[in-house]
Amino acid sequence: MLINRREALALSAGALLATTNLARAQGKKTLRMAPHAALRVLDPVVTNAYITRNHAYMVYDTLFSVDSQYRPQPQMVKDWSVSADKLAYTFTLREKLAFHDGQPVTAEDCIASITRWASKDVVGLRLAAVTTGMKALDARTFRIDLKEPFGPMLEGFARPSSIPLFIMPRRIAELPADKVLEEVVGSGPFKFVASEFRPGVSWAYERNEAYVPRDEAPDGLAGGKQVKVDRVEVIWFPSKQTAINALAKGEIDLLENMNADQRSQLQGNKDVVVRRRPGPNASTVRFNWAQPPFDNVKVRQAVQAVVTQQDYMDASIGEPESYQVCPAFFGCGTPLETAVGFPDTGKPDIAKAKALLKEAGYNGEKIVIITPGDIASFAPLAPLTQQLLRQIGMESEIQTMEWSAFLTRRAKPAPVAEGGWNLAHAVFDRIDLISPLGNLNFDARGKAAYTGFVDDPQTEALKGRYQRETDPARQKAIVEEMQKRAYELVFYIPLGTYFDYETFRSTISGYVPSPVMVVWGVDKR
Amino acid sequence: MLRLIALRVAMAVPVMLVVATIVFLLLRLSPGDPALVLAGDNAGPEAVARIRAEMGLDRPLLVQYFGWLGEIARGRFGISILSKVPVLALIRDRLEPTLVLALSAIVITVVLAVPLGAIAAWRHNSWIDRGVMMLSVVGFSVPAFVIGYLLILFLSVKADLFPVQGYVSPFSDPVAALRHLALPSLTLALVFMALIARVTRSSVLEVLGEDFVRTARAKGNVERRVLWRHALPNAAVPIITVIGLGIALLISGVVVTESVFNLPGVGRLTIDAILARDYPVVQGLMLFFALIYVGVNLLIDIAYVIVDPRIRY
Repeated sequence: MLINRREALALSAGALLATTNLARAQGKKTLRMAPHAALRVLDPVVTNAYITRNHAYMVYDTLFSVDSQYRPQPQMVKDWSVSADKLAYTFTLREKLAFHDGQPVTAEDCIASITRWASKDVVGLRLAAVTTGMKALDARTFRIDLKEPFGPMLEGFARPSSIPLFIMPRRIAELPADKVLEEVVGSGPFKFVASEFRPGVSWAYERNEAYVPRDEAPDGLAGGKQVKVDRVEVIWFPSKQTAINALAKGEIDLLENMNADQRSQLQGNKDVVVRRRPGPNASTVRFNWAQPPFDNVKVRQAVQAVVTQQDYMDASIGEPESYQVCPAFFGCGTPLETAVGFPDTGKPDIAKAKALLKEAGYNGEKIVIITPGDIASFAPLAPLTQQLLRQIGMESEIQTMEWSAFLTRRAKPAPVAEGGWNLAHAVFDRIDLISPLGNLNFDARGKAAYTGFVDDPQTEALKGRYQRETDPARQKAIVEEMQKRAYELVFYIPLGTYFDYETFRSTISGYVPSPVMVVWGVDKR
Repeated sequence: MLRLIALRVAMAVPVMLVVATIVFLLLRLSPGDPALVLAGDNAGPEAVARIRAEMGLDRPLLVQYFGWLGEIARGRFGISILSKVPVLALIRDRLEPTLVLALSAIVITVVLAVPLGAIAAWRHNSWIDRGVMMLSVVGFSVPAFVIGYLLILFLSVKADLFPVQGYVSPFSDPVAALRHLALPSLTLALVFMALIARVTRSSVLEVLGEDFVRTARAKGNVERRVLWRHALPNAAVPIITVIGLGIALLISGVVVTESVFNLPGVGRLTIDAILARDYPVVQGLMLFFALIYVGVNLLIDIAYVIVDPRIRY
């Protein structure tokens, strides 16, 4: 884009204005916070980056949201009903919902937003495939007609992460699905201050005076979104150490996350509260199913026989209060938690592993482990896995690269000689695991699937059954079957879950524990 | 002089073209995919393929290259893949903190390092000389981020004299700007000072042994005048050369210093863009840095003529 002198002057004035606005906001009750990443992409449908999702929760509202127990609860929706044959859902919106541009939120806006979301999100795509029509019945009511029952309808509408269903004005939501949205107009509790957005540096929100919260108390992402501060300024810190120092000194009020090691720096500081984050992270070992030797289930089972979550957590996290052994593929502490099929006895079985390798005909091929050198949470995983492989007689080599190169390489199902890999690690937020349809580890479509390239048509069939099932007890039974099969075939190996810590000044109150960091309810003395 | 400037400006065009080509090829041939970064860590392959097509990254390399060159020729540097903001606007927004930081570091360096180096040479083998050299070894050896964090710990967190982080424009609040700039400027200057002090010392030491210095002393000049009026100006050419070359050191130092003190400058923008494979931003920044180098070299050549009238181009 060509910039002429007049535009350059305007831009420079804008940058200066942004700086002075941030400073001038001192007269208002302003919350200053440090997020976990820098905001660059504003469109929550294009990317599933957590920082974009968090931004979207500030400015957009959702039809449903999950509470602290991960159960869907109505948010923008006042009433809903489903027909006896489970083929028609009707939703009615709450009164007085309005976008930041002053326009009322209508059923047409919801239909357009659902359409855009359903063209990108994995659960949305499944919903779109069984939807025969969506129709506005009046300004606040719309109906969705299905050709077959879709059990996880509310679960999908309340998807808390990956790509949540955020409601946008129809004029924006109807733009082509592949176009990255640049205009931020939601109906959520905060308004985005576009003039102060400095990509990768800082951004700001102001209270949406017109927002009408629900009456219930906030609970997770559900309940009343009461806003008690006038402004929220978000400042990205590339150095976590600097953010910790800034919090200790009172230059910021809230730090979204720090790891178990870092929190020791703030222990004993009476001006600061350190609290365990409600949503843990789950690290995993992943195999390349598309290439030998891990295309052979016995080789995968051999590695599984020597992996114990306790050892990985002890070595990589250390503090027992900061981690948890978790057998559930869909997350511990979630409605679908189950220990079915969990093979981890807490003790590595080296003899069994060696016997399995012998049965598999493993002949000493070198295993290439790829790992990102610039992401702290990955750092201990590759050496630990390499040590285990060595113990069972598998040759391996760790290849370290930076994050972007790692993502590119991990996405390739090709042989090592053609830029592929054999073994890698991945770390998930638990919130991304709770849905059997949305959990990418259960994408079992072979080379077309998520990294690891799990190939299991039976799991895809089970997902189809889960999708059509509307009874929660039967859904749970299907999930248990999925988990059992995933452990038997070793889709991947879960290495346990660990917690980060959120930190805030003691002048802050009302901070709602939620797997996604949200600041409605927060007040500042 | 005008001929020199015109020649250098004309020579800059092929230099920029070579830089543009190398940067384009290096980026495209290095592993990494902006579509994957944009889609997020846990995105499925369909989402990534869709974004790649939308960004035109699935087109042949040559088509992408000539398309980009054509845009550059029209003065368009493209739009950031991630933030959708024009590259020039991004650079412009981040330029002020970096320029202010670099300028203040250079001022501190020149004001402190040149006299220190000259005095060390003048008091050769004395405790002053050894002290200056020891400081310069420390400045060279200790990484900028260690110096930065130590300064924050002692002068900011413990002594509460300076803020930990952030940037305030000197055009909006000069006093606050000075407080925010003090620690990062000092951090950046320490490394640079080590280099300049050493070069000044050796250069002045060499000049102090010259015949014209002995003549100046024989004429009855006081030592101070001999040093500042006669020795230092004649030692200036290598010092200016190193200051110019040191801009490279400064730019690499800026990246670390900006991260440690949370300054939103072009150093951080560069690192972020490289890690995210934000091709248009990296390409724009590399051209910008190349332009800076060409400009700095031109200024050095002009400075040579000013400090040493014997030099002709």
